[in-house]
Amino acid sequence: MLYKLEFGDLLPYWDVLLQGLVFTIVLTVVSTVAGIAVGTAGASARTFGPAWLGRVVVVYVELIRNTPFIVQLFFIFFGLPAAGVTLSETTAAFIAMVINLGAYSTEIIRAGIQAIPKGHIEAGVSLAMSKWEVLRHIVLNQAFRKIYPALSSQIIIVMLGSSVVSQISAQDLTYAANFVASRNFRNFEVYLLAALAYLLLAMLTRSLLRGLGRIIFKAE
Amino acid sequence: MLKFSFWDILSNLLIATEWTIILSLIAFFCGGIVGLILLFMRTSGVKPLEWFTKSYIEFFQGTPLLMQLFLFFFGIALFGVEVSPWMAATLALTLWTSAFLTEIWRGCVESIPKGQWEASATLALTYIEQMRYVILPQAARIAIAPTVGFSVQVVKGTALASIIGFVELTKAGTMLNNATFRPFLVYSLVAAIYFCLCFPLSWFAKKLEGRLNAAR
Repeated sequence: MLYKLEFGDLLPYWDVLLQGLVFTIVLTVVSTVAGIAVGTAGASARTFGPAWLGRVVVVYVELIRNTPFIVQLFFIFFGLPAAGVTLSETTAAFIAMVINLGAYSTEIIRAGIQAIPKGHIEAGVSLAMSKWEVLRHIVLNQAFRKIYPALSSQIIIVMLGSSVVSQISAQDLTYAANFVASRNFRNFEVYLLAALAYLLLAMLTRSLLRGLGRIIFKAE
Repeated sequence: MLKFSFWDILSNLLIATEWTIILSLIAFFCGGIVGLILLFMRTSGVKPLEWFTKSYIEFFQGTPLLMQLFLFFFGIALFGVEVSPWMAATLALTLWTSAFLTEIWRGCVESIPKGQWEASATLALTYIEQMRYVILPQAARIAIAPTVGFSVQVVKGTALASIIGFVELTKAGTMLNNATFRPFLVYSLVAAIYFCLCFPLSWFAKKLEGRLNAAR
C-alpha cells in the first residue's frame, strides 16, 4: 500500500463523532418506540378494523416498503415544504424513520396476529372480554412473542438505514464522519471508524434486544 | 432560462431509471455468484472458511450500506487506483448483496433434513457433489421466494449510489430538483418509478411464498 493510515488525526474530533453517535442512538430508540406503536395500530386496524381502513393501511405499507428510504426522506424534507409543511432536518429525520419502521412493523405484527388460532379470540369473547381486552391480552400479547425476533432484526436494519439521514444534514454519526473527513481529509480512516462503531452498535443492540426479550417473555 | 415541462422531467427520470436497473441487475447477479461461493464455504465444515464467511456476513450486515459505499469509494483509491462512482457502487452493492444472499440460502440449506446429507455421504459423494446433486436442488425450491423478495432490497439499495455521485434515478431526481425547483413533483415521480420497479417483485415474491406453502 502506498498510503499510511493515520488514525491519530481523528483524535481532535472525538467529541463531534461522539455527538453523532449519541444522535444515532436517540434517533433509533425514539423511532423504534414510535414505529412499533404505529405498526401495532396499523396491524390491528388491518386485521380488525373496517375494510376501508384496512385498505388505507395496505397502501401505506406497500408504498413505504417498495420505495427507498432516501427517497422518502427527500420527499419529506424537500418535497413537503412545497406543499406548505416545513420541517427542520432533525424533525424530518425522526418522522421519516417512524413512518418507515411503522410500515415494516405493521407487516411483521400482522403476520404475528394471523398466526393466532381463531379459537383463542373466540374463547376470549366467550369469557365476556371486551374487544380491547381481547386485543391487548390475547392477540397482541401472543403476536409479539412470536414476531419478536423478526422485529428485532428490523430494528437493527432501521438503525443502520438511519445513516442516510446525514444526507439532509441531520447530525448523526455519518454526518459527523462526513464533517471530520471534510476537515482533515482522512476519509478512509474516519469511515472505517464509523463503520466499526455501527457494527458494534448493531451487535450491542442485538444482544440487548435478546436480553430484553428474555425478561419480557420469561413466562412459559 | 431553460424550461422543464412535466414530460421533460419524466423522460429524464426514465433515462436515469435505466441505470438503476442496470446497477440492480449487476449487483444481484454478481452478488448471487459471490453468494453461492460463500455458501459453499459457509456450509463446508472447514473451520477457517466458516469463520471467514461468518465475519464477512457480520460486517456487511452489521454496517450501513452507505458506509460500505464510502469505504469502497475512498478505500480503493488508497491503492493508487482511480475509482469511479460506478466501480465503487457495483463493488459495494455486489458484496453487500452476496452477504445477505448467503445468509438467506444458508437457512434454506440448513432446513434440508440431515438424512439427505447422510444418505448422499453413504453413496460416496464428495461435499461438492452432495451440494450439487442432492442439497441445492432441494434448497433452491425453498430459496426462490426469499431471494426474489431480497431483490427488492437490492433495487432500493442502489438509491444510495447517488450519494457517492453515481447518476441513477435518485441522483437524477436531485439534479432535476435543483434545476426546476419543483421538489414535490420530482420526488413524487421518483418514488412512483421506484414503486413500479419494486412492487411487481414484492408481489411475485409473495405469490411464490403462497404457492410453496400450498404445496406442502
